[in-house]
Amino acid sequence: MQGVMGFMLVLDALVVAVIVFIIWWFWLYKPKAVRSGNSAAAVEVLVADGTYTPARIEHTRGQPLLLRFLRRDPSPCAEKVLFTDLDISADLPLEQPVDVLIPAQTPAGEYGFSCQMQMYRGTLVVK
Amino acid sequence: MAQQVKQQPVRLSVGGMSCAGCVATVENALRAVPGVAEANVNFAEHTALVKGSAPVVALVQAITTAGYEAAELTADDDGSEKEAAEFAYYRSLLRRAGVAALVGAPLFVAGLLGLLPPLDSFTGRLFWLFAGVATLAVLIYSGGHFFTGAAKSFLAHHANMDTLIAMGTGSAWLYSLAVVIQPRLVPTLAQHAYFDAAAVIIALINFGSALEMRARGRTSEAIKRLISLRPKTARVVRNGEEIDVPIEDVGVDETLRVRPGERIAVDGIVIDGHSSVDESMLTGEPLPVAKQGGDEVVGGTVNVSGSFLFQARRIGSQTVLAQIVEMVRQAQSNKPAIGRLADRVSAVFVPSVLIIAALTLLIWLHLYPDPSYALVACMTVLIIACPCALGLATPMSIMVGVGKAAEYGVLIRNGEALQQSGRLTTVVVDKTGTVTSGKPTVTTVISLGQWPESQLLGLAAAVEAGSEHPLAAAVLDAFRASNPAHGDSDITAVAQDFEAISGHGVQARVDGQQVWFGNQRLMEMQGIDCQEVTAQLHQLAGEARTPVLLAIDKQLAGIIAVADPVKPDSRAAIRRMHDIGLRVVMITGDHQATADAVAAQVGIDEVLADVLPQHKADRVADLQQRGEVVAMVGDGINDAPALARSNVGFAIGSGTDVAIESADITLMRGSLHGVVDALQISRATLANIYQNLFGAFFYNALGIPVAAGILYPLAGVMLNPMLAGAAMALSSLTVVSNANRLRLYKVSGTGQQE
Repeated sequence: MQGVMGFMLVLDALVVAVIVFIIWWFWLYKPKAVRSGNSAAAVEVLVADGTYTPARIEHTRGQPLLLRFLRRDPSPCAEKVLFTDLDISADLPLEQPVDVLIPAQTPAGEYGFSCQMQMYRGTLVVK
Repeated sequence: MAQQVKQQPVRLSVGGMSCAGCVATVENALRAVPGVAEANVNFAEHTALVKGSAPVVALVQAITTAGYEAAELTADDDGSEKEAAEFAYYRSLLRRAGVAALVGAPLFVAGLLGLLPPLDSFTGRLFWLFAGVATLAVLIYSGGHFFTGAAKSFLAHHANMDTLIAMGTGSAWLYSLAVVIQPRLVPTLAQHAYFDAAAVIIALINFGSALEMRARGRTSEAIKRLISLRPKTARVVRNGEEIDVPIEDVGVDETLRVRPGERIAVDGIVIDGHSSVDESMLTGEPLPVAKQGGDEVVGGTVNVSGSFLFQARRIGSQTVLAQIVEMVRQAQSNKPAIGRLADRVSAVFVPSVLIIAALTLLIWLHLYPDPSYALVACMTVLIIACPCALGLATPMSIMVGVGKAAEYGVLIRNGEALQQSGRLTTVVVDKTGTVTSGKPTVTTVISLGQWPESQLLGLAAAVEAGSEHPLAAAVLDAFRASNPAHGDSDITAVAQDFEAISGHGVQARVDGQQVWFGNQRLMEMQGIDCQEVTAQLHQLAGEARTPVLLAIDKQLAGIIAVADPVKPDSRAAIRRMHDIGLRVVMITGDHQATADAVAAQVGIDEVLADVLPQHKADRVADLQQRGEVVAMVGDGINDAPALARSNVGFAIGSGTDVAIESADITLMRGSLHGVVDALQISRATLANIYQNLFGAFFYNALGIPVAAGILYPLAGVMLNPMLAGAAMALSSLTVVSNANRLRLYKVSGTGQQE
């Protein structure tokens, strides 16, 4: 009986650890950002396997930012990219790079970008 | 990644190049863009061909900065390539579903019939081991994309639908394999393998995605219909010869021939011939529009009767049709506030479900000695949770609703306008050009003395010939209509010493006579007595006509009354507004009497007269203060501040100016019916979104607890994980199908027959 009790305690601890891990990994952790370089070059964003790579892009305010999306995922989920707060959207045809221009006057802040269904998600940070 | 990007030459249409010197300016501007290897401008075609890796937006910006217009010329983008890709993906989804079903279904059916060997014999375990391997093959072939997606998202600190499916089916497979290899790990009761569940779930979800994809294709039908309006070829007159060329080769300023029944290729101006053109596909206007020299024709519309020549003015992405397509596309991917709420929920949805699944596992293990129950409950929670239905709810309805509106000639700029339209209580309409045609015409000529009416009109026309007042145009039109033999020269030749008296009228000498033409105040300033006509003047004003007095040599000679006629369908449209419970307010700079007369003709509830243009926005604000949600309908130019101030601004377009910045909604057809169409479609779309969101929330709120086994203590039943898979596949399909239902929506009483 003691053994079963002990086993359950270990299990409880394990599940609690998993929950803490989920909260930290998916909500609290901020992925490493890719900084946009000089204004001339586009930041390339790969759309494949349910993720934008990079998923977090940092950019300095006052310069236009060019994002070049390349969609590899044939699932229709990936067919649009929306910057809801900036009122910017683009259709992403398969295997064809699409440029999205973020205007220089975009105020500082965090802007999420996603597919229509929020399955693909990324963040643009303007500083 | 840079080397993976295909670098194709970009072809741009360049507008505004008037001379060969512009070529160098544009070429230099293009070459200065980083990444441009080569830039060549073709002056004759008004195009630029750019090679290199520079992005198109940067090229367009460079040309715009240099003072020209530019747009990318795309090879015939009729979406066929996209369709082919989607069809291939659809086929692959069906294939995956089929393979998974081939393994899962026999296992499931045989299990139900009790034909499968138990786990405690050697042959039994061998059979199950084989089943496990077959299921693994299914997981890899049919469900591989879920697992790679889940792994990649996990590494990027994201969780999505793939995560849930991979966790659900993966844990089922692992548990089953463990039971097969070492049955003693779990109590006898729990010795059960769930390979069939894993395979069937994968089959169902792939099958559901395939169906959903088919349904999704239909949501973008409106765009496809618009794109299909563009003909593939055009008949161009080059060197005196008419030749058929692909539409991409038509340049600005080229002359095109349109024969009866043909679709007009690009936008332009008629230079020879006359015809009537069916513009209903763009404006919703049911009657064909007469066209003659100097009139504008729009690409995509159909020439009904005659043959004519026209000069191309806008090509490629600058045509009205291309702008409409772009506007609809943009609006379709926009979301109103209600959709953003769903986004916030779906952003935290998947990790929350993971936590619920973990807690479910724990609680079951504590309460029940058989670990297979815990596993089934946990797996079912993961499988039944459907973030997709939540995520799809808003965008699918918006896609269909915005497309539907475009069919009626109503261009909705963004999702917010759609949501606001659903809440409106009051519509403020501008009088001139909105309720009325905006083109004053002479309705009455009254002679007061010895001069016949035709001569009075002739004198007035002579005096007004030099004026730019809208009144002058009305008088000249009336004179020309009654004297077809006269040209402009005949009128202007006889007027001398023309003088405009600001705000009152004009005076001039005609054939040695001094003629005054203006309002009562002008006559009184000249000492001319107007007493005897006061009653007539009041009566005319009461009929919404503006009386203008004509005096010859200080003697009152006649009255010419001018009116801005009410559009024939305004009354019916306003009745429709009342039918859907809206108050209609008319705003105008005109006098109260004239405004009241127009209001009475069309059934307006409240009149705001004598409002200066700059004060219209304040009046709109006053109404909002009273708690009304206000739509403003105007021409989009003079009314811009009021349109911007209102909750939803409607611009009544003339058919060609599509993208009116100050308006939330542009009506292609110059009729108030468009306002009601827009409101009805908005309400239907919003209702559809609410149904979808309610369905998706309700489904998850009900499904997840049931999957977790909440019914077990009450009714002793557990949800079968395969049923959960079917429910999950169905839920997104239901959302998309419900959105598609909107395609069948028809606005009531369109008034198109009136």
